Amino acid sequence: MKIKELVFDPILKNNPIALQILGVCSALAVTVQLKNVIVMCAAVTLVIALANMSVSIIRNHIPGSIRIIVQMTIIASLVIIAEQFLKAFLFDQWKTMAVYVGLIITNCIVMGRTEAFALKNTPIASFFDGIGNGLGYSFILIFVGFFRELFGSGKVFGYTVFELTKDGGWYQANGLALLPPSAFFLIGLIIWILRTKDPSQVEPQA
Amino acid sequence: MGNNVGKTVFVAFALCLVCSVLVSTTAVSLKDKQAQNAALDMKKNVLSAAGLLNKDTDVNEVFSKFSTVLVNLETGEIVEDMDSATYDQKEAQKKPDLSIAIPADADLAGLSRRAKFGKVFVYKDEQDQPQIYIFHITSKGLWSTMYGFMALGSDLNTVKGFGYYAQGETPGLGGEVDNPKWKGQWIGKSVYNEEEVVALKLSKAEAPKEGAVAEYRVDGLSGATITANGISSSIKYWFSNHGYGKFIDMVQAGEVTI
Repeated sequence: MKIKELVFDPILKNNPIALQILGVCSALAVTVQLKNVIVMCAAVTLVIALANMSVSIIRNHIPGSIRIIVQMTIIASLVIIAEQFLKAFLFDQWKTMAVYVGLIITNCIVMGRTEAFALKNTPIASFFDGIGNGLGYSFILIFVGFFRELFGSGKVFGYTVFELTKDGGWYQANGLALLPPSAFFLIGLIIWILRTKDPSQVEPQA
Repeated sequence: MGNNVGKTVFVAFALCLVCSVLVSTTAVSLKDKQAQNAALDMKKNVLSAAGLLNKDTDVNEVFSKFSTVLVNLETGEIVEDMDSATYDQKEAQKKPDLSIAIPADADLAGLSRRAKFGKVFVYKDEQDQPQIYIFHITSKGLWSTMYGFMALGSDLNTVKGFGYYAQGETPGLGGEVDNPKWKGQWIGKSVYNEEEVVALKLSKAEAPKEGAVAEYRVDGLSGATITANGISSSIKYWFSNHGYGKFIDMVQAGEVTI
């Protein structure tokens, strides 16, 4: 597979959230503000890419019987390191996302990619596969985060776009957009749009 | 087979070793920076409660005008033999030797435990006169325990600022405790009424603009009755004799000087 395909396919054609329906949990949890979304996306993308690469490097030495736990250990270590860096350099963001950074460990996309791709491919291909899936994840999160921040608090990246009524403006904030379930509606919309544009993503009816 | 088991153990061992070295190296080398961040964050919270935090404030410089004292809430006296700078009231509340169970009949705010010692930040002017006292308070909301500060003026009655630095209430409803406009209303209100009883609380709806009680009322939070009740009852608790009341009496009587 070419690197270009590895990186760009997961964004629309084989999106981890929209097609594989993985990693939905954090797409609900951290998408209230775009600022947090960006930090989360960067952390997840780096973790997937590095986890994929590390697993791939030692793929011929991993005994099948402890395969899963080996991958888990690598992922967990990378996530802890990422969290330590956030705590040191992006403290304010870390404070608002605290527990969700640690929960990258349980993000199914990471484990899914190491298991499905890194165990069978070379380190370089695995690295770019990780980047691609991270970008696919980021694409959905940024979409969801953009609309949740815009409708929930009238802002984009913390800059006021719609003046809220409680600050003397005209826009009545949408309370639902601030709560996690609103992300379901947005993800549902994305899946609908993607599958209308590309019918091959629709599962065959049983 | 024996070879396989050996290899499995070896791979597991080597992997753990590499991972633990990586994790601990990162943790140790970033520790100072993280501690600095946490300390700076705490100072920011204190300043913002006192209304002294602007975009270009030099946090460390303004904070250096504060002195911190530890107050024994039981007696109202100042604790001398502990380091007030490193004392963390939020953590102390969880430690058995630094906290006490609040008796059920005194537990107005449903907090169940409180720290034995309260940390009070005092802002002094150039003449070394205390101008602002900042008290650490905790309240039980609907989902979370909220941690915040109440800043009182030199008369220990007029509110200079109020706000929570950690809370997990519903965004848009109870979470509106972080709304600057709502927090702004607290400034200028009085905690105690003429009978020296804590009278400051949230209204059921909009606070009366004038009248006898206007001085002691702040707008309620619509859609967040439990959060609002938690705030009102915790103010009542923290500024009664179970909380900082005794200390405040002693400072006003001149029995304690800071």
